[in-house]
Amino acid sequence: MTAAISASELRKSYPPEVRALDGLSISVAEGTIFGLLGPNGAGKSTTVRVLATLTRPDGGSAQVAGVDVLADPVGVRRAIGVVGQKHGCAPEATGRENLVLQGEFYGISGRELRTRVAESLERFGLGDAADRAAKTYSGGMQRRLDIAMGLLHRPQVLFLDEPTTGLDPEARVEMWQEIERLAQQERMTILLTTHYMEEADRLASRLAIVDRGRVVVEGTPGELKSGLRGDTIHVELDKAQGGEAREALASLDGVEEVSLEGATLHARAIDGGAAIPAVLAALDARGVRALSVTLARPSLDEVYLRHAGRAFARADSEREEVAA
Amino acid sequence: MTAARQTWQVTLRGLRVFVRQPAYVALTLAQPLIWLLLFGALFKAITQIPGFHGGSYIDFLTPGIVVMLAVSSAGWTGMGFIDDIAGGVMDRELASPVWRGALNAGSVIYAALVVALQTVLIVLLALALGANYVGGVGGVLLLILVAALLAAAFASLSNGVALLARQREALIGAVSFVILPLTFLSSALMQESLVPGWIRTVAKFNPVNWAVVAGRSAAMQHIDWGLVASRIGLLVAVALLSATLATRAFARYQRSL
Repeated sequence: MTAAISASELRKSYPPEVRALDGLSISVAEGTIFGLLGPNGAGKSTTVRVLATLTRPDGGSAQVAGVDVLADPVGVRRAIGVVGQKHGCAPEATGRENLVLQGEFYGISGRELRTRVAESLERFGLGDAADRAAKTYSGGMQRRLDIAMGLLHRPQVLFLDEPTTGLDPEARVEMWQEIERLAQQERMTILLTTHYMEEADRLASRLAIVDRGRVVVEGTPGELKSGLRGDTIHVELDKAQGGEAREALASLDGVEEVSLEGATLHARAIDGGAAIPAVLAALDARGVRALSVTLARPSLDEVYLRHAGRAFARADSEREEVAA
Repeated sequence: MTAARQTWQVTLRGLRVFVRQPAYVALTLAQPLIWLLLFGALFKAITQIPGFHGGSYIDFLTPGIVVMLAVSSAGWTGMGFIDDIAGGVMDRELASPVWRGALNAGSVIYAALVVALQTVLIVLLALALGANYVGGVGGVLLLILVAALLAAAFASLSNGVALLARQREALIGAVSFVILPLTFLSSALMQESLVPGWIRTVAKFNPVNWAVVAGRSAAMQHIDWGLVASRIGLLVAVALLSATLATRAFARYQRSL
């Protein structure tokens, strides 16, 4: 199958010393949904900005729809649709005016443009709101308008940067259904970034887990999860007993990949349910008090933990603290 | 052709915002009237300064107020870009194959149209206050043209600053910093022969003064064609130069993304 998107060794730094992309490479087959999954600040949006020709990488190369992003950015722009993290629609303009303006930017005009705009408003359920200012739309409606604008010129490749961030659960499910429909019925290639594990799991046929500007692991959600072989045990510890706890589990049969993150101990076990009593006994023998023990079945959270070496939620909030 | 269509669509977006906000329209239209009345009252006495030969005070001040207003009105054009950057509109537009020049030119034409409308109002109010347009309708049209050209030059610069700085505060600072010195270093409010020599020298290179001199000659005096044509030529050159700079600023903006 041909690659609709291929990126090789992308690098980009922001002064003074933020390394947003550190040798990121991906390849996306035509007509598939590819997910870039990672915590805030992992480099997902920078990847989209580079592939969408909004910015240039410091190093590396990329082709989108067979066109080189550095050699022919305008050619790439014609072939892609971009739905950014922020609402891209002009708030004071109506839905219809936003779509018309967007069409003109892609060189579509006249009767052709009017027809497409009307179809698109109907398709995204904005027909009744077409002549109201976009700022009066609900979050879900604005997002649908954003996507309608991204699709108006019928792009070969669609970039969706965190499409459901900030949406309520109902609107999120609607958005997922729309994205699935685009991939199934229109065979469109979609690059989706998200920091929701659930979203990546449901929508992406392949995904890459991104951390600190590079891909740490790539595969289908199923492959990634089955690669885990077994369950993850999380033990929350009392105070500074981490070192002892790690030693206690290190020699335990049936338990592997023991790692400590703050006051939380992570370990993997082929059969987590059977391993828990042994884990508790081993901790008890060393006088280590466990505050809570959690057993996690294979999930993308666990895949992230295994490959990025830290828990997803923790990486996410760390980044947010840095940003704030 | 496509470039012209895209430019017009961007202008249209601005015009729609303008007409859909009645309070904004009222303020934009009231501002020139207040300026003319206030400055008119304040500077009424300048006609009594020995050596002043500008005719009645309203005749002298009207082109000056027009030009001052053109600069200050167009100076804020970049605010639209700053809002678009913050709202994600700019990134969406830049991810499309739209000609970058259209994004600038569209908003610049909108700014120039608003200034033209404000100029018409000033001209009419001044007429009611007894202004004598020696240059007739043609002279007034030239005054409007001059104001629009100056507005275009400053609107592009404002857009350029907005793209480079991306902060409201920076644009507010730059505009406030520039407007009054440029106005005072011209003959907008005071006859050239009555200002210190160094100001007269600086004014020769000040686009604001080119607009004042050309507008005054065309509308209020027996037109000096050589003067008016040369100043209009210079203003066209400045407007084109600043439009080029603003269009280039998009690339600088994208490099920082």
